[in-house]
Amino acid sequence: MSRIHVTTTINGEETDFLCEPQQTLLDVLRDDLDMTGSKEGCGSGDCGACSVILDGRLVCSCLVLAPEAEGRSVETIEGMAEGDKLHPLQQKFLEMAALQCGVCTPGILVAAKNLLERNPDPTEEEVRYWLAGNLCRCTGYDKIIRAVMETAADLRGAA
Amino acid sequence: MSGAPKGAAHQAVAHESAEKHVSGRADYTDDLVTPVGCLHAYLGGADVTHGLIMGMDLSAVEAAPGVLGVLTAVDIPGKNQISAVHAGDEPLFPEEMVEYHGQPLFAVVAETRDQARRAAALAEIEISPLPHVLSVGEAMESRLPHVTAPLKLQRGDARKALDAAPRRLAGRMEVGGQEHFYLEGQIALAIPGEDDEMVIHCSTQHPSEAQAIVADVLGVPANAVVVNVRRMGGGFGGKESQMNLFAAVAAMAARRFGRAVKLRPDRDQDMAITGKRHDFLGSYDVGFDDAGRIVGVEAELAARCGFSADLSGPVTDRACFHFDNAYYLPEVTITSRPMKTNTVSNTAFRGFGGPQGMLVGERVIEEIAYALGRDPLEIRRANFYREGADETPYHQKVEDNIIARVVDELEESADYQARRAAVLEHNAKGGIIRKGIALTPVKFGISFTATWYNQAGALIHIYKDGSVHLNHGGTEMGQGLNTKVAQVVSEALGVDLDRIKVTKTTTEKVPNTSATAASSGADLNGMAALDACETLKARLAGFLRESRGVEEVEFLPGRVRAGAEEIDWTALISEAYMARVQLSATGFYKTPKIHWDRDKGQGRPFFYFAYGAACSEVSVDTLTGEYMVERVDILHDVGRSLNPAVDLGQVEGAFAQGMGWLTTEELWWDEDGRLRTHAPSTYKIPLASDMPRDFRVKLAEWSENPERTIKRSKAVGEPPFMLAMCVLEALSMAVASVCDYAECPRLDAPATPERVLIAVERLRR
Repeated sequence: MSRIHVTTTINGEETDFLCEPQQTLLDVLRDDLDMTGSKEGCGSGDCGACSVILDGRLVCSCLVLAPEAEGRSVETIEGMAEGDKLHPLQQKFLEMAALQCGVCTPGILVAAKNLLERNPDPTEEEVRYWLAGNLCRCTGYDKIIRAVMETAADLRGAA
Repeated sequence: MSGAPKGAAHQAVAHESAEKHVSGRADYTDDLVTPVGCLHAYLGGADVTHGLIMGMDLSAVEAAPGVLGVLTAVDIPGKNQISAVHAGDEPLFPEEMVEYHGQPLFAVVAETRDQARRAAALAEIEISPLPHVLSVGEAMESRLPHVTAPLKLQRGDARKALDAAPRRLAGRMEVGGQEHFYLEGQIALAIPGEDDEMVIHCSTQHPSEAQAIVADVLGVPANAVVVNVRRMGGGFGGKESQMNLFAAVAAMAARRFGRAVKLRPDRDQDMAITGKRHDFLGSYDVGFDDAGRIVGVEAELAARCGFSADLSGPVTDRACFHFDNAYYLPEVTITSRPMKTNTVSNTAFRGFGGPQGMLVGERVIEEIAYALGRDPLEIRRANFYREGADETPYHQKVEDNIIARVVDELEESADYQARRAAVLEHNAKGGIIRKGIALTPVKFGISFTATWYNQAGALIHIYKDGSVHLNHGGTEMGQGLNTKVAQVVSEALGVDLDRIKVTKTTTEKVPNTSATAASSGADLNGMAALDACETLKARLAGFLRESRGVEEVEFLPGRVRAGAEEIDWTALISEAYMARVQLSATGFYKTPKIHWDRDKGQGRPFFYFAYGAACSEVSVDTLTGEYMVERVDILHDVGRSLNPAVDLGQVEGAFAQGMGWLTTEELWWDEDGRLRTHAPSTYKIPLASDMPRDFRVKLAEWSENPERTIKRSKAVGEPPFMLAMCVLEALSMAVASVCDYAECPRLDAPATPERVLIAVERLRR
């Protein structure tokens, strides 16, 4: 079978790659584009470790076929910081120890960023249910929820 | 005022990899750049639970696109054996008999992982089925053997005490197992080298064991095998022995094809073929007086161990060691029954049997409370270890007992009495939503019960520019071990934390290490690193005394004082190098005082105890069985914390994991022996939306380890897991309200909404 040529935008940069039709976006990001920040936790869309933003929408990249990225915009954890300057969510997670083993962390940050872009002033319930698609086995979530709430407040204050 | 270096011990500094974690730049094994031509292996397994292997036709597998070949038992160059305890009961690939559903029988190696994974499904394997046994109860009825020798702990004459007791009751409790659900699954990358050499990158808590097993399977000495792990994406005990299979298969394939080989199962296979927390069936017979004080108890703790011994011996031992929890049991007999079943072999999981034993022990307390119509907290207090009543069932004295203070403080800070009264009042109104509240203690013994495991090594280099390179035998799985050990070194050498680099754990630097398990990581490796620092400091001090002709040498943050002179650290190191002072040292530590005679059931298996207490309040919908944990208060003892931020994270995470174990996490095998909860779609660990909205977690800041541990801290990995016991008992109280607390609901774990509803219906009748 011939490989498919895909032209897409990843973290604002136009990118093209060749892929097999059955390859997932996650596999291409990790194996072909050397962007290993997105993780495969389950491969079935249940854990959120591979979360990316596709045309503004939060998706599990293990459930997106790579050719579906054609002509679209993909945002991954690698594009969250601006150079050496961490995104406020990243900075807050670091400061508040809202992470342990770190495998769920990129997916949770991507999901939280997407939430705050949609809703700059979420309630705690909204944060908890928005992040219910991202499993964490280490932290018990409390510091994560606090970090998202505090970042939201900081960003509102700065706006 | 000498102060402390930036990032020294006891400071709440961030995890050493935190910046890499948040930016997605932390490399886990699957993220490493693979050598050119790296191949991928995948495991093919049995579709039968128990049976004789009549034939394997792997021709379709071999003919599949991209496949280079298959590996079966006959291709193993060395021993076909991966038992973690050298029990000889765990073949890498079985040759005659399948002992659990999904058991790997062969591996296929292909150019891509996708090709290998698809090809593995094409095998034609003929198996003649045999009857199978899945549960603990069935195993005992069918008189299946023990996978390892049971343990009996005995003090006094429990039977006689029971017969003479003013009151007596007996019961049994089912305690479910648990899947680790480390977010990073099992993985190994093997890279062949010259001659018989093999380098393996593997997600493992026990690199030295992976090394030994791989050497045996390859038929080479241990010095030919290097195992590396920079970090794991969670371990929880699931990578203490379970990585052996993956490391061995990857190594075997790499040897065969002379190319690097990566093996990473998908989540479904990972869950089907790796061991879990042991399910237990606990039974108890307890005698007590009208004040609720226990006079004697007999308990049997039977466990589903799966098809092989693995770590079931020490796990079921630890269940016996923790049945007492914080309570003095005057006349007592506790026995374990490590039962063989036709299921995947159960293994280590945070708490290592302790939680299961302790939960059954707490059920005894709860039963007594319901029998006497009293608050379970009163019964707890009446039975706490105390002066003159301080000997455990294994004849170790509890010398560091602080449980009463911990519980008293939590009772007050959580406002337990007023809230319990409010809960009782709420329930008295009838209504659909019922509430429950419970406060439970934890006392957990620290040390490996395999005494020889209580040793550790470290290796520290100081380079000419003054930067420090730290290596120790422990492994980083998110728990912050590397951070804590680096903080110890920072304080000891007076060097800021950012000048210390902790590198990957590797069998090349520190040999013969113990598993990073039993909560021992910081206790053991911190001490070993400190020992190396002392050696280096002695050499530097000796150099200064000689070169300056002074006696007094003091290490200060960033500098050293020699007599009246202060020398900057970097300058000192440069000077010491020129003077040919050795700037590299190993360190070693072995835990003192401990000993254990298993045959007699006597000794001091634990160096010390860690304590804690938690209080949970829940609401239960009695029409559906659904519930919410509304508020949780925790007070936990970590001695003098090496890093309060890291320790609080451990306490919170352990509580959440314990809560999952007791509530939503249900492992379910069908009649044919297939694990049906083999992915997060069906196996439910807690979500952000499941956790209490009001979560108040504190460390007992006044506590200091009376034993000479690293900086007087205490181990923290496992003890807080058992704080979650209060969730089960709070649910139980809400359920019991429907019969006005006349009966102990005897909720089994996990108390899924289904089980809660069944209990409500039963008690309503």
